[in-house]
Amino acid sequence: MYEAIVLLPLIGAIIAGAIALIGARNRHPGEDPPPPHDDHTAPLVPEYETHGAPDPGAAHAEIGHSSHETEENVEPDAGSRAAELITTTLLGISWVLSCLAFVDVGLRGHDARVPLFNFITSGDLKVDWALRIDPLTAVMLVVVTTVSALVHLYSIGYMADDPHKPRFFSYLSFFTFAMLVLVTADNLAQLFVGWEGVGLASYLLIGFWFHKPEANAAAIKAFIVNRVGDFGFSLGIFAVFLLTGSINFDTIFAQAPDLVGKSFHYLSFNVDALTLICLLLFMGAMGKSAQFLLHTWLPDAMEGPTPVSALIHAATMVTAGVFMVARLSPLFELAPDAKTFVVFIGATTAIFAATVALVQNDIKRVVAYSTCSQLGYMFVAMGSGAYSIGMFHLFTHAFFKALLFLGSGSVIVAMHHEQDMRKMGGLWRKIPFTYAMMIIGTLALTGFPFTAGFFSKDAIIESDDVIQGTVASYGFIMTVAAAALTSFYSWRLIFKTFHGEPHDHHHYEAAHESPLVMLIPLAVLAFGSIAAGWLFLHIFEGHGAEEFFRESLKFGPNNHVLEQIEQLPLYITLAPTVMMIGGFLVAWQFYIRRPDLPVALARDQGVLYRFLLNAWYFDRIYDFIFVRPAMWIGRLFWKGGDGFVIDGFGPDGVSARVLDVTRNVVRLQTGYLYHYAFAMLIGVAAFVTWFMFAGGLHP
Amino acid sequence: MIIGLGHYLSVGAILFTLGIFGIFLNRKNVIVILMSVELILLAVNINLVAFSAFLGDIVGQVYALIVLTVAAAEAAIGLAILVAYYRNRGSIAVEDVNLMKG
Repeated sequence: MYEAIVLLPLIGAIIAGAIALIGARNRHPGEDPPPPHDDHTAPLVPEYETHGAPDPGAAHAEIGHSSHETEENVEPDAGSRAAELITTTLLGISWVLSCLAFVDVGLRGHDARVPLFNFITSGDLKVDWALRIDPLTAVMLVVVTTVSALVHLYSIGYMADDPHKPRFFSYLSFFTFAMLVLVTADNLAQLFVGWEGVGLASYLLIGFWFHKPEANAAAIKAFIVNRVGDFGFSLGIFAVFLLTGSINFDTIFAQAPDLVGKSFHYLSFNVDALTLICLLLFMGAMGKSAQFLLHTWLPDAMEGPTPVSALIHAATMVTAGVFMVARLSPLFELAPDAKTFVVFIGATTAIFAATVALVQNDIKRVVAYSTCSQLGYMFVAMGSGAYSIGMFHLFTHAFFKALLFLGSGSVIVAMHHEQDMRKMGGLWRKIPFTYAMMIIGTLALTGFPFTAGFFSKDAIIESDDVIQGTVASYGFIMTVAAAALTSFYSWRLIFKTFHGEPHDHHHYEAAHESPLVMLIPLAVLAFGSIAAGWLFLHIFEGHGAEEFFRESLKFGPNNHVLEQIEQLPLYITLAPTVMMIGGFLVAWQFYIRRPDLPVALARDQGVLYRFLLNAWYFDRIYDFIFVRPAMWIGRLFWKGGDGFVIDGFGPDGVSARVLDVTRNVVRLQTGYLYHYAFAMLIGVAAFVTWFMFAGGLHP
Repeated sequence: MIIGLGHYLSVGAILFTLGIFGIFLNRKNVIVILMSVELILLAVNINLVAFSAFLGDIVGQVYALIVLTVAAAEAAIGLAILVAYYRNRGSIAVEDVNLMKG
């Protein structure tokens, strides 16, 4: 059963990918003769040849012709319908099995370890590919397959006009597969395979509309920024192997207590081994989960199709980092310094992303920064030692963030792919169902009492208040402030999009509710956003958490966060709710009662406004510190090193000298008989001289 | 003055040198080159005959006759080529005969 959960999406991806390849081949027949089994498609060839000059290789042709391919003149691939139905159905089956697994593993307590095959054997390194199914994995399985299945279903409607649907569904299923590999990993190498698979799939999906230069740039950016994190992550894995001689979770966790107090000696520094390992591994999590400093790819990833954004932000990819920290909780539990750092980064991300989200105008960017901020919350919980609460927020966040993204997608479809909130307004009359769903998502995100976000977010803020220390206080203040900002920007999104006067009457008149296939996922997610909190509260908080997660999450002997949360004074418990109401009231004042206020404020505080609008100028700073020097060095090595030195003295130089010599030698061949005779004579004279004076070869 | 081997060889050498210079210094006519080649062959003949007489070995004179025969054949073929060349190109001036290059 567990194999099926992981493999079904892969099978779907392969089938849809095959359909996409055949479709691409039909669009661009190419010069080489079709393979024998393709003979029945031959009559189609002349019909499609009008698309452009034939190019060898279908895949290349597809890229080569993209520039003059407009949306209208491309026929959808044959079998699009089959591809979307197959992938969606397989994901649905996977989801059902995941739910069964959740009941079996989580509630009945049957942990499972399914060894599949030997993966790597090299010296001391022995890695088996096995599925590790424990409560932590079960939670992730449910999150990933639920959101992914709904996103698949939603995409059938959202991508209806796109000619490349089979490719899209293939990528989506592959993305899900990679994430499932990640969450079922039994060792760090397997985790890393899923980790990189997710990175690859995100690259493919963000750059799905490859004819858009911004989409390509965003895809490359996501990939490269993730490489930075992965660099730290792989170093962490190496360090783990160096110290424990194994990368199997069981072995590592068993040996972890012995590692306390060991240190690495590097140059003249002594570094605590466990802290260093945890920090390096956390660096990987920062990249994947878009934490402060490595967050820049996340907003740009909005260039991809909206269902992809939902999938990235709710279930796959960004939650990988949080999951990884939870999975490695036995290590983090022994490295308090690393945990403090996690809290610091998480809290900084929460407040940073929330401030930036205040002023963004692109509807998807607001939601993207919101994700960034919420991920910060999760890491605050992880760093505080309240792993189950971090997982709880991951769980509930998946529902309402997927809901918000898919809702935004519905708005974008209604507005004919307009994403700028300044051009929206008053839409609630046109798309009431989407409006209702977005309201539910916003309530859950802002932590309205008894919605999903209320339980998990408040628990995080409380868990941060229980632990002691400067950073914890910093984290508490930041998360409470971010709660207010979250409420403000969420309601700002609602008010600007759905209320007020329509700003673009042309689009407003044409706005229409999305098809049913897109609304059903919204409804399901809305139900989850409301109910996921109180339905599952008991397994993530308090004593229930330890009973539910058992060995999969490690709480150290001094870690009493979960108990202490329940003994907090009332005013701390109420703080987030008060902040939420405050944020709502300010947003109401700004965007409903006095719409001129924010404009005036932006004008008065121009510097601050631009600072936030440009996301604290991180892109500019990185461009200045990293991108341009990298470009400069690259250009230096390209032009100077490769072009001048290697080519100049290597192949190009040699060939140029040969040409010079031959050009002169050619001139010797005049065609005049007497010149040749003269050369012959000189030769004879030379030979004779040689024989006379040196006696030839045998003196 | 006794005419010895050295004198014959000197005549041969002079003829040979004349033949060589005849090839290089003429800019006019391909026939002159043919004649120069004949001169060179004659120089060789003189050498052969001179050594033959000096050493009392008849083989040298036999070779001289063979060379004469070959020279006659060569002259015939060379002149035939020149005639054919003139018909094709309309000129047998040395500077016009430069087709022997790539």
